This record gives sequence, C-alpha cells and structure tokens, in this order.
Amino acid sequence: MNGVTREGLEQPAGAAKSAGAASTVPTVAREGLDLWEVFVRARRGLSHQHVGSLHAPDAEIALRRARDLYTRRGEGVSIWVVPASAVSASDPGEKEPYFTPARDKDYRYPTYYELPKEVRGL
Amino acid sequence: MTTLAESGTESRFDALIAADERIEPRDEMPDAYRATLIRQIAQHAHSEIIGMQPEGNWLTRAPSLRRKAILLAKVQDEAGHGLYLYAAAETLGVTRAELLDALHTGRQRYSSIFNYATLTWADVGAIGWLVDGAAIVNQIPLTRCSYGPYARAMVRVCQEESFHQRQGYESLHVLAHGTESQRAMAQDAVDRWWWPSLMMFGPPDSASTHSSKSTAWKIKRHSNDELRQRFVDLCVPQAEVLGLELPDPDLRWDEESGHYRYGEIDWDEFRAVLDGDGPCNHERIQRRVAAHRDGTWVREAAAAYQAKKNGAAA
Repeated sequence: MNGVTREGLEQPAGAAKSAGAASTVPTVAREGLDLWEVFVRARRGLSHQHVGSLHAPDAEIALRRARDLYTRRGEGVSIWVVPASAVSASDPGEKEPYFTPARDKDYRYPTYYELPKEVRGL
Repeated sequence: MTTLAESGTESRFDALIAADERIEPRDEMPDAYRATLIRQIAQHAHSEIIGMQPEGNWLTRAPSLRRKAILLAKVQDEAGHGLYLYAAAETLGVTRAELLDALHTGRQRYSSIFNYATLTWADVGAIGWLVDGAAIVNQIPLTRCSYGPYARAMVRVCQEESFHQRQGYESLHVLAHGTESQRAMAQDAVDRWWWPSLMMFGPPDSASTHSSKSTAWKIKRHSNDELRQRFVDLCVPQAEVLGLELPDPDLRWDEESGHYRYGEIDWDEFRAVLDGDGPCNHERIQRRVAAHRDGTWVREAAAAYQAKKNGAAA
C-alpha cells in the first residue's frame, strides 16, 4: 500500500504528514454525516467528471442532494455519488517515483521515431 | 530533522506556486497558507449564507409571481454557493461544525455588506446589480487562485452570479422607467447601496493587512483598490443606462488615466459595521443561530438514520 491512502479524494493529507500543523489542522474526527464525492456526466458521450462533494447519510439522499446542488441548470444527464472513504488516492509527495518512469520511456511516444522525410500517412 | 522536512515542504510548495500550478488538498503546504485559506474560504462561505437573509426578507412580498420565482432561485443559489465553499474549506482539514460555530460565536466574520437592511423592494434590484456585481469583480480573479478546490468552487459561483446581477439590473431598470414613485424608490436604493458596495473590496491598499502574503501565494491576484476601480468603471455607464445617479458628487471621468475618479469612502463606517455596529449585525447572527438551533432535530435524525444504515450494512 506504499503511496496509497484511503483518506478520500479531496481530503487533506493526515495531520501526521503536515509536520507542525497541529495548530491549524484539527485532529478531532469529522462529526456528523458521511462525505460523498460527486461526479456528473455533462452530456451523453462524455465521462463522468468530479464536480465537488457533499454531506449525506446514505447514497439515495446523497444523489438527491447532488442533483439539487450541482445540476440546477442542466449541467448533467447522469450523477454518481461515491463515499469519499472509498476512494484510494496516490500520494502527491511520491509524484517522482510514481509518474517519472513513464516520461523516461520516450520510445512510447510517436515523436521518438525518425522516419524518412518522403514517407506519407504515418 | 524537522527543519529539513519543513524546508522540503516549503521548497516543493514554493516551486508549485512559482510555476503557477495549483495546490491540491493532499499536497503539503505551509501552516500559514492553510490558515489563511481556511479563514478566507470560511468567511466567504459565511457571507453566502448570511447573504440569504437580506433578500429572503422580500420573498413573501415580491411584487409578482415571476419576481418571486426569480428571487427564490437566487436565494437558493446563495445557499448552494455556501455549500461549495464550506466543502472547499473542509478539504483543508476543518469541519463544517467548527466553521459554523466560529460564525455563530463571532470568531469569524462575513462580508460587512450583509449588515445593511433591505428597506424596499428596490433594494433587491440594487443588491443584484451592485452587491452581486461587486462580488463578481472580486470573485473572477479567484477562479485562478492557487488553491485548486477554492478556484473550482469560484468557477461555479461566477457562472451563477451572472444571473444574479442581470436579474437585479433588469428589476431596477423596470422601476427606474416606471412611475415617479417607483423611480424614486430605485434611486433611494442606489443611494443607500452604492457606498457599502465600494467597501466590499476591503480597506484601501495602504491599510490592507492581509494582502502581501496572499499576493505572494497567488491567492489574491489584484489589490483591493484595483478591483474597486474596475467595479466603478463598470458601474458608471450602467447607471447612465438606468437613468439613475450614483451618490458621489466627486465622481468624474479622468481622461489621463482612463478611469472614473470617485470620492472618499467613509472607512469609519466600514470599521464600525465590521466591528458589529452596523444596522443589522445582531439580527443577522441571531437569525442564523436560531435557524441552526431549529435544525438540530433534522441533523440528529439524519445522523441516527446514517448510524442505523451503517449498522445494518456491517
């Protein structure tokens, strides 16, 4: 699970990671209702996109609240709500080991290859 | 070791800011940046929900069903804006309950503009045109602020705010071209809302306490006075189309700078309203606290329902 956390998509890194931030990052548990992340499909043919989050006691009410909060002006044709606690996220601090290798492998890109100037349709 | 870790955090953060990249919730950030954002986003959220009150005052007395439907939609939008912003603040590690408590106990503020009373129906139009207009000028640069969730919330807010401003202007235009008493009511509303709207941009640059760090962190992209000038330049021609006067004898076009020059703002009034001595400070907080208290049973029922559901699932 190195580099993977289960604290929710839009949640701050744990207080332990924000060294010395004890005064501004409260350690009290989040009280009240569960946090849900909302995804909206703007039009048929597009994928669902994250638009924000809300509090709700269950999925059904989360969906209704998402409709009221995020689609008052025809912003979407479909909504997903996901418990924030169900989202696993990569650690932004591990950006280098996570994402650099892909950039090193420039032979994965079409521009890597030198072709004869006269060739067409490639 | 702590020093090394901290300098690592600072340098990565500084590099992201320097590259004009956005800071996201799970990024490490300086404590002061986090604290500044929590304060600013929370106060912005508080302003949205307190801002429902002055106009909510006219919901039952709107002059037509059309105006009532428009006003309901606008007040609902303000509630939505508050929710986007509370959610953005929560990504920084505070809870909504803490923020509401800070509002209710006066530890965090909201925009001074909402402490003025809505005395006539024309005030609803003046608020849409001037107050929402000033909010748009303030908020558009925030769509590019360095903190991702705040910037994204501002994109949604700005899209919706445009309707608020236009409905207000239209309403005021109808009154300004109506009977003599309707016109007088529109003028009176503009007379009362103009100066408080200019104060919405905050103290003059020479006296602003929060500006320099916020500018370095790219939370703030323009100074208070720059934004205030932009607003004045937009409003003067709009007032001419309305056929209403802006209540400033010193207001004049300055050929050299290409801007309208305006008179001295009464900063004593601004400070007094911020410090609690505005016309409606007490009433606004009292009403907010009462609404929160009256909603206790709803929050408790929802929490009990959630516990039951989660218990059943386990």
